[in-house]
Amino acid sequence: MADEALFQFLHSELIQYIYKSGANGETENGKNITKLEAMGFRVGQGLIERFTKETPRFKDELDVMKFICKDFWTCLFKKQIDNLRTNHQGIYVLQDNSFRLLSQLSAGKQYLEHAPKYLAFTCGLVRGGLSDLGLKSVVTAEVAGMPACKFQVMIQKV
Amino acid sequence: MSRQSNRTTDNKKMNSELFTLTYGALVTQLCKDYENDEEVNKQLDKMGYNIGVRLIEDFLARSSVGRCQDFRETADVIAKVAFKMYLGVTPSVTNWSPAGDEFSLVLESNPLVDFVELPDNHNVLIYSNLLCGVLRGALEMVQMAVDVRFAQDTLRGDNVTEIRMKFIKRIEENLPYHIRFF
Repeated sequence: MADEALFQFLHSELIQYIYKSGANGETENGKNITKLEAMGFRVGQGLIERFTKETPRFKDELDVMKFICKDFWTCLFKKQIDNLRTNHQGIYVLQDNSFRLLSQLSAGKQYLEHAPKYLAFTCGLVRGGLSDLGLKSVVTAEVAGMPACKFQVMIQKV
Repeated sequence: MSRQSNRTTDNKKMNSELFTLTYGALVTQLCKDYENDEEVNKQLDKMGYNIGVRLIEDFLARSSVGRCQDFRETADVIAKVAFKMYLGVTPSVTNWSPAGDEFSLVLESNPLVDFVELPDNHNVLIYSNLLCGVLRGALEMVQMAVDVRFAQDTLRGDNVTEIRMKFIKRIEENLPYHIRFF
C-alpha cells in the first residue's frame, strides 16, 4: 500500500496551512512550530498507545529509546534511526541520515532555513510517544545538511 | 526478544494509522481555527485539492494504468486501483445516472474515520471532505472537471459512506498561443 505518499502530502499540506494561517515574523514562526509540535504530540500519544498494546514492559529508559529508534521509526518512516548516542544521563541523540520527510526537499544547504518546520511534527511524535511510556522529555531537531537530521531528546527527571 | 513477535504484520497498519491520526489532528486544528464548520469543509476541500494535483503523478507512476476510454473506466480505476492503493479499501461503484455521467462510490468502511466520533455541535462538518478535494484535484490534472460531494457519511449515522461524483466536462488544454500555432 502506498499510503506513505499520502502521509507525506498531508504533512506538507499541514505545514502549508499552519504557516499560511499564522502571520509571519520571528515570534510567529515559533508559534507555528509549537502548533505543529503539539499536533505531533497528540498523534504520537495515540500511535504509541496502540502500538505497545501487546508488548511486554520495558526494562529501562534505554530500552524505550531503542524501541523508538527501531520499531517506532520503522513503522513511521520505513527505516531505522541510523545512530543512537547517549550520555547515560538522560540525553539521547537520534541521527537519521536520510529522514523521510526531508527527502522531498533539495539536498544540501540551500533551503536549510525551511527545515525546522518539516521536523516539528516529528519532534512532537517522539515526545508524545515517550510521554505515554512515562518519560517526560524535550525533543529538538537539528539539521546540518539535508536530508540528514538529528533529534535530541532530553529526558526530564521527575 | 519476545518483543520482536508479529511486528511485520503491524507495520502497514501503523503507517495508515499515522495518516488517520494526523488527519484527525488536522481537522481538530481547523475546527479550533474556524468559527463555523462550513469554513472547515471548504478548507479541507482546498487542502485535498492541493494533495490531489500532486497525488495523481504519484498514482500514474506507481500504477502504470493507461488512458481511460470513458467515465465508467475512470470510475473503476478510481475504486479498484486508487482507493485500494492509498487507503486499502475498495469502494463499490454504483448508482449510475442514466446519462452515465454521475456515479457513487460506496465505502463499507472509511479508514479516515477509524477513531472518530463527531461531537453534537459539529453536525455540519463533513469530516472526510479532504477526499472530495483529492478526487477533484487528481481528475483535473487528467483533463476532467468533476463535482464531488459526500452523499452519505457513517459519522452522521448513515450505514455506509457514499461519495457522489459528477462529470462536468473535459478540460481542453489551453496552450499558450505560440505553442498552439508554431
